Amino acid sequence: MSGIRLLVGTRKGGFVLTADGTRERWDVSGPHFGGWELYHLKGSPADPNRIYASQSSGWFGQVIQRSSDGGKTWETMGNKFEYEGAVGTHLWYDGTQRPWEFARVWHLEPSLTDPDTVYAGIQDAALFRSKDGGQTWQELAGLRTHKSAPVWQPGAGGMCLHTILLDPSHPGRIFIAISAAGTFRSDDGGTTWRPMNRGLRSEQIPDPTAEVGHCVHRIAMHRARPNVLFMQKHWDVMRSDDAGESWREVSGNLPTDFGFPIDVHAHEPETIYVVPIKSDSEHYPPDGKLRVYRSRSGGQEWEALTKGLPQAHCYVNVLRDAMAVDTLDPCGVYFGTTGGQVYGSSNGGDSWTPIVRDLPSVVSVEAQTLP
Amino acid sequence: MIRVVLPAHLRTLARVDGEVKLELGGPATPDAVLEALETAYPTLRGTIRDQVTHRRRAFLRFFACGEDLSHEPADTPLPEAVATGAEPFLIVGAMAGG
Repeated sequence: MSGIRLLVGTRKGGFVLTADGTRERWDVSGPHFGGWELYHLKGSPADPNRIYASQSSGWFGQVIQRSSDGGKTWETMGNKFEYEGAVGTHLWYDGTQRPWEFARVWHLEPSLTDPDTVYAGIQDAALFRSKDGGQTWQELAGLRTHKSAPVWQPGAGGMCLHTILLDPSHPGRIFIAISAAGTFRSDDGGTTWRPMNRGLRSEQIPDPTAEVGHCVHRIAMHRARPNVLFMQKHWDVMRSDDAGESWREVSGNLPTDFGFPIDVHAHEPETIYVVPIKSDSEHYPPDGKLRVYRSRSGGQEWEALTKGLPQAHCYVNVLRDAMAVDTLDPCGVYFGTTGGQVYGSSNGGDSWTPIVRDLPSVVSVEAQTLP
Repeated sequence: MIRVVLPAHLRTLARVDGEVKLELGGPATPDAVLEALETAYPTLRGTIRDQVTHRRRAFLRFFACGEDLSHEPADTPLPEAVATGAEPFLIVGAMAGG
């Protein structure tokens, strides 16, 4: 019988939640690396027992961990993320130029086909790749040396490369997103990059339609239709039907179009999920009601999903990497909150159940569907 | 023989209990201690000092014999009591919340 494994990163360690295909009873293991921040854990699509984890600490810096047995045991891998060539500078909060400086790995994206190849999105924004299972890391420097890089600037959380999407239909095509620079696409495996921000409008920057400078929070695609992308921007939910070449707003009837995560149903490419947050200065759900919004039409028309979620006095946030879907039928949807709850739905979002309630603040959730 | 006391999280990372004992090939300095430590326990690379610049991580301190040696040049000779193993070289995480 198939099963589900959730990889949960929190501010104080990693947790592995497992269930059989009914998704009714969950076992919780962890904390792994207790006391450390686990920004992201993700399994290899080519070998689900191969899991990579980003472990970091304000005291001790960055560590990369790797498991070969589905998260039961771990080994420490290489953590040398050295920018390639001249480091260069980017815009700092005070308007001055500041040299790129490595802070942490925000996101790990294993290759779709090779368990030993994994990409890392880091702060200050750059893309690295390991081809030896995480032992050594090489920068794909064409991104950081893009001519627009000197005007990239950090968002409130730092200048992070937080999203990496590998296109299953076009080998060599990679989408990434940076706060606050925007979305970029490579069609040659990460050697050269183009900004993909046409159609975005951000009133918080001097030129609202600039080529770069947008605070993209998250992008998502459906594997079967990789030319269609969905985006949760700082404000605005957006959609692209041409692999990022242009975007249009699909916020529609959302109560607020600020938020962090966005994800796509495993079997319905036009069904998408967001968690509206009140505003950029009030990072909690509007009216104290935790509501996932689902669109079955690829945006514009949204319905609130509330069954099983707190509908009063709820002031948690859901961070950009803290939502995931499984590939069972019906599709499971999961998200974690800054209040330490991980909620799951085994019916595409119609109803929700807390899997755990009292973890440390949740940073990331990934779902693995196991044979 | 040099005795090194690590913060708890680094003991876990290095998979050691208690003090770490190191033999140095040359003079006992902070830099030599860290080189020997990282050679013996490669998982500690980057966790105490930057791997490229060798700059001490901001929230770590080096103490020995009741003194804070954190701001001394990395090639400063350590006190005789540390060099002989009578006193440990302490790597300490700064007190900070959370």
